[in-house]
Amino acid sequence: MTPQQRGVPPRASADRLGRLLNLVPYLLARPGIAVADAAAGLDITERQLREDLELLWVCGLPGYGPGDLIDMALDGDRVTITYDAGINRPLRLTQDEALALVVALRMLAETPGTGSRDAIERALAKIENAAGDQADAPVTVQLPAGDGKLDAIRAATGRRHALRLTYYTATRDETTDRVVDPMRVLMVGGKGYLEAWCRRAEATRLFRVDRIDAFTELDEPAAPPPQAVPHDVTEGVFRPAADLPLVTLRVGRGSRWITEYYPVEDVRTEGDEWLVRMRVTDLGWAQRLLIGVGPDVTVVGPPELVERIRAQAGAALDQYAAPPRAAAGTDG
Amino acid sequence: MSRTRTERLVNLVICLLSTRRFLTAAQIAATVPGYEHDPEDPKDHEAFQRKFERDKAELRDLGVPLEIGTASVFDNEPGYRIAHREYALPDILLEPDEAAAVGIAARLWQHAGLAAAASSGLAKLRAAGVEVDPQATLGVEPVVTVDPAFAPLAAAARDRRAVTFSYRRPESDEPATRRLEPWGVVLFQGRWYVVGHDRDRRATRSFRLSRIVGNVRLTGRTGAFTPPTGVDLISHVATFSAPVPHNGSATVTVRAGRGAGLRRWATSVVPGTDSDQLTIPYADVERLAATLVGYGADVRADGPPELREAVIQQLKEVVARHDRIAAAGAR
Repeated sequence: MTPQQRGVPPRASADRLGRLLNLVPYLLARPGIAVADAAAGLDITERQLREDLELLWVCGLPGYGPGDLIDMALDGDRVTITYDAGINRPLRLTQDEALALVVALRMLAETPGTGSRDAIERALAKIENAAGDQADAPVTVQLPAGDGKLDAIRAATGRRHALRLTYYTATRDETTDRVVDPMRVLMVGGKGYLEAWCRRAEATRLFRVDRIDAFTELDEPAAPPPQAVPHDVTEGVFRPAADLPLVTLRVGRGSRWITEYYPVEDVRTEGDEWLVRMRVTDLGWAQRLLIGVGPDVTVVGPPELVERIRAQAGAALDQYAAPPRAAAGTDG
Repeated sequence: MSRTRTERLVNLVICLLSTRRFLTAAQIAATVPGYEHDPEDPKDHEAFQRKFERDKAELRDLGVPLEIGTASVFDNEPGYRIAHREYALPDILLEPDEAAAVGIAARLWQHAGLAAAASSGLAKLRAAGVEVDPQATLGVEPVVTVDPAFAPLAAAARDRRAVTFSYRRPESDEPATRRLEPWGVVLFQGRWYVVGHDRDRRATRSFRLSRIVGNVRLTGRTGAFTPPTGVDLISHVATFSAPVPHNGSATVTVRAGRGAGLRRWATSVVPGTDSDQLTIPYADVERLAATLVGYGADVRADGPPELREAVIQQLKEVVARHDRIAAAGAR
């Protein structure tokens, strides 16, 4: 297994050799490029680039005489390769490189709302071609089809206008209006999100596109303030802070799946049941969510939530004490 | 790595690229600077051989295609060369919008190893003359994350090697060992799966990568199996996710200003004084009942009768279960 397949970066030595083999063709394709620009394009320091050039200068064909060595013209700050000793093309893509590019392109192609599917698919075809059979990546991606809403939000975000949203906040079970300054549109775990500065909350928020029930593009420009910092979503969208309330549940075998859908703090087995602790933003949300999961879930803490659930369920039951009513329009 | 070693490796690559005939280790030692040694001295020679082995491994790790053949028809000794046509990235010409797409794709990886691979792949494309605008954006960024099992499974599927792994479903108490001939890896509804032929169950199976515990072991040889032609991997994962028709119609009374989540699913809302009456389509009675139960006293199920009964039953159970907890807590 290659280092990359193990998920670790390659060793420094392979790094430098790879970089040098890349450097000659890179410069060959850009005669007269400024050293500073080349360093920026290669993502190394100027000093590192000059050291690399010095090393290459003493390498070349057997014989290693003046006509055999890699040669370059340094005119002021500009460099041109005048003799490449045979390394005039970059190395072909490795299996990992092909896999990484092809899978990312396939994801991009499937992402709704980008408006550039054609360009992405053309690029994908060319990369697969250039990678040859290295690109035989047995990876298929399917992302949920866009319903036009993601596309419209992306377009509005691109035009850099503020938006008025009608948004359903699941945690508080409320639909409210608010004005936001869009920052970017993301797809995480198969769902689209608008990341924006919410003027109401005075904070950066991730709005799930399928909960944006309506939106209007305003004339005023989007102006997220300096403190509007994008979320780090590598670990997922919901990363519970340590100060959120902790809920403890007893979960039967049939409802264990909830530990795969929500981040949990910890799980202990108690015979056939699991004792699960999870952090929630709002106890009301926990009640709606957890009781709605099914008969296999019992909330055992905190005590105020248990009491609330019991009281609510009792009050709800009282509604059914009278025989069922018929007509529409009568009050509850 | 020392500069001397790097120089030696660069010269080795140039030398092997330039030769049409296979060069033996001895010829390479006599030609490429850095391999000087006394072939008559066993220790010196052994040191050279180890050095050369490490260097060859370095080239292979980098993906340099080292060709091995015999130097002459009189000789069994292996010789080496690099065919330029195998070494080089083929010509690739990308339009600006295509190059932008590749640049964006390369940035999407949130997995260290694959991010590095995407980055080095992109570096090779640029060395081939492709210009990528670092500011380009497509407006929507998919966040590309994979489980740790992704890389070995993709490699195994490509090489057609069987795998063994430990798999735990939440309903089970213990993980089970599974043996699979992997056909491919699939992303569906935000989750990664591997699909293939389960050697123990002797049937097609799909596995969620997030449920794989520990390392994936590749077993056996390359090309050990052939996946069926034209297999649609997504269909094997999507079988249980087909949309369910919502044929039932529920009538629900919701307190004014409450139950916003339910109102979004309602096909009609008839306002009243203290409460409103909603019509909500549904597929499964018990599931809608469970959702309504979550809204407690803000909601009353009026019809159909089976829904009302289901809600009443579930509410009784919720009361009973939480009565015990509250009572236990009060002691």
